[in-house]
Amino acid sequence: MILLGPSGCGKSTLLRMVAGLEDPSVGDVFIGEQRVNDELPKLRDIAMVFQSYALYPHKTVRANIEFPLKVRGVPKAERAEQALHAAEILGLAEYMKRKPGQLSGGQRQRVALARAIVRKPAVFLMDEPLSNLDAKLRGDTRTELVDLHRRLDSTFIYVTHDQVEAMTMGSRVAVMNAGRLEQVGTPQEVYDRPASAFVAQFIGTPPMNVLPVGLLGTNDVQVGIRPEHLLLASEGRLSGNVYQVEHLGHEVLVHAESTAGRLVARVDPASDLPVVGDAVRFDAADHHLHRFDAHSGMRVS
Amino acid sequence: MATDTVRGARKFGRYSLLVAVAAIVLFPIYAVLLQALKSGADAFDHPRSLLPVDLTFDTIRSAWTAGNLGKLLMNSLFVSTVVTIGVIVTSLLAGYAFAFLNFPLKKIVFAIYLSTMLVPGEVTVVINQRTADSFGWLNTYQGLIVPSLASTFGVFLVRQVFLQIPKELREAAALDGVGHLRFLYEVAAPLSRPTLGALGLFTFLGTWNAYLWPSQVVNDNAHRTIQLGLERLKTPNDISKFNLVTGGLVVAALPIFIMLVVFQRQLVRGLTAGAVKG
Repeated sequence: MILLGPSGCGKSTLLRMVAGLEDPSVGDVFIGEQRVNDELPKLRDIAMVFQSYALYPHKTVRANIEFPLKVRGVPKAERAEQALHAAEILGLAEYMKRKPGQLSGGQRQRVALARAIVRKPAVFLMDEPLSNLDAKLRGDTRTELVDLHRRLDSTFIYVTHDQVEAMTMGSRVAVMNAGRLEQVGTPQEVYDRPASAFVAQFIGTPPMNVLPVGLLGTNDVQVGIRPEHLLLASEGRLSGNVYQVEHLGHEVLVHAESTAGRLVARVDPASDLPVVGDAVRFDAADHHLHRFDAHSGMRVS
Repeated sequence: MATDTVRGARKFGRYSLLVAVAAIVLFPIYAVLLQALKSGADAFDHPRSLLPVDLTFDTIRSAWTAGNLGKLLMNSLFVSTVVTIGVIVTSLLAGYAFAFLNFPLKKIVFAIYLSTMLVPGEVTVVINQRTADSFGWLNTYQGLIVPSLASTFGVFLVRQVFLQIPKELREAAALDGVGHLRFLYEVAAPLSRPTLGALGLFTFLGTWNAYLWPSQVVNDNAHRTIQLGLERLKTPNDISKFNLVTGGLVVAALPIFIMLVVFQRQLVRGLTAGAVKG
């Protein structure tokens, strides 16, 4: 489960409530069938990976990974064995004697993960664990996490503001905005049938075009069109002037200023491309239109 | 080449200044040491001679026996050690509470607590002496030790380092079921070791060198500290023991000198911990 939303929308707070680091003012937190509102964090059978990793700087990698077991009174030999196993899963076996300060960001991140998995918790909570990594490493670690999720077969609750992470990693995505849950669904559902104009514009790169009320034959709703569904058509119902053409190799993004605001269309590079300053017309098939209530922004089906 | 000369001259100037300052600081120590290494008569005859001639350990030896300095050193060592351990423990506990716990009126309590640093020790010494007296603590070790077991400065110092520890560390530990005391012992205190070292050293030095408070609560030989003992080595009327007190000074300063040499690095690291922590 991915919690996705812009900064300050409350996703981390929600995660911390699940962890028991913060108390919800209303509502219940359930883990499995059990209401855990009044349970201490340590009794909730969860492990958390922090954005800053929160490794103990003065302890070795081994001691860091073993620490949750040590606290629980697991005997020394067993502890060492389980820590080594967790370290091996994450490819850390050769770094066991180092301290966090001697590791790279990616390695520290994996130590934090190892410290979480060694506990074998029912739920893993991850608060933007990849945001401190560079782009390349982030991609690799993302794949590793997906793989880890599959192997461990336990629940992950993963907070991110990065929709790519959300779309690629999540079995389900919960999109939040301003403290409210906008939509929960599989990545495909959220993309194909956004529950609100906010979700429509938050997910997808570039975001969905949302036109003001009264266009394309609608008179009481806003209309959304994904850039890939917005076609250049000489007889199209929308007109505009091209102000930017972005060549991305496998696709071209055509940006136009129109009476309906700014529009983006994703165009096949092999097609006949407009240039900046051209007057163009766009259209979209009716079944590709998303309709949202003019006031609430909620989907109207 | 010209810039090299300028740089050389500048360097020379800088070092000359350092040497001059060092000489000013070291001179009294040298003078005392030299005086202590003269015989009483020699010291009386040539009190201002700074040349190391006719040196002898006699003065130090007789100061040792006359002042019963061995016993006094042990007293000072005991009191300073217990106070140092006590201050570290109380500072850790209180500093932790102020840094990591949330309780009502925390900020106000801390402000009041800090404001006690504004009150000089001399102001409270009389009332504290009466309190100690009413407890029957005059001429006891607890009279020397207990009033010094908590230090506002220590609490403040520890709180400041603890505030630099990321909150996530505490949260991560809490998720693992680590209680406050265990977190303090396993994570917070080890991370603050340089500061604790410096605090311990300062406390030890302060207690070792304390004069005012011990002089108020102790006047028997069994509990007298080394600094009080020095007072009794003053023999202004006995020419042959004119410099006895300097012999005592050397004895009193030696353990401190050794400690400073041994823990020099700790001390400097602790003092700069806040400034350079990365």
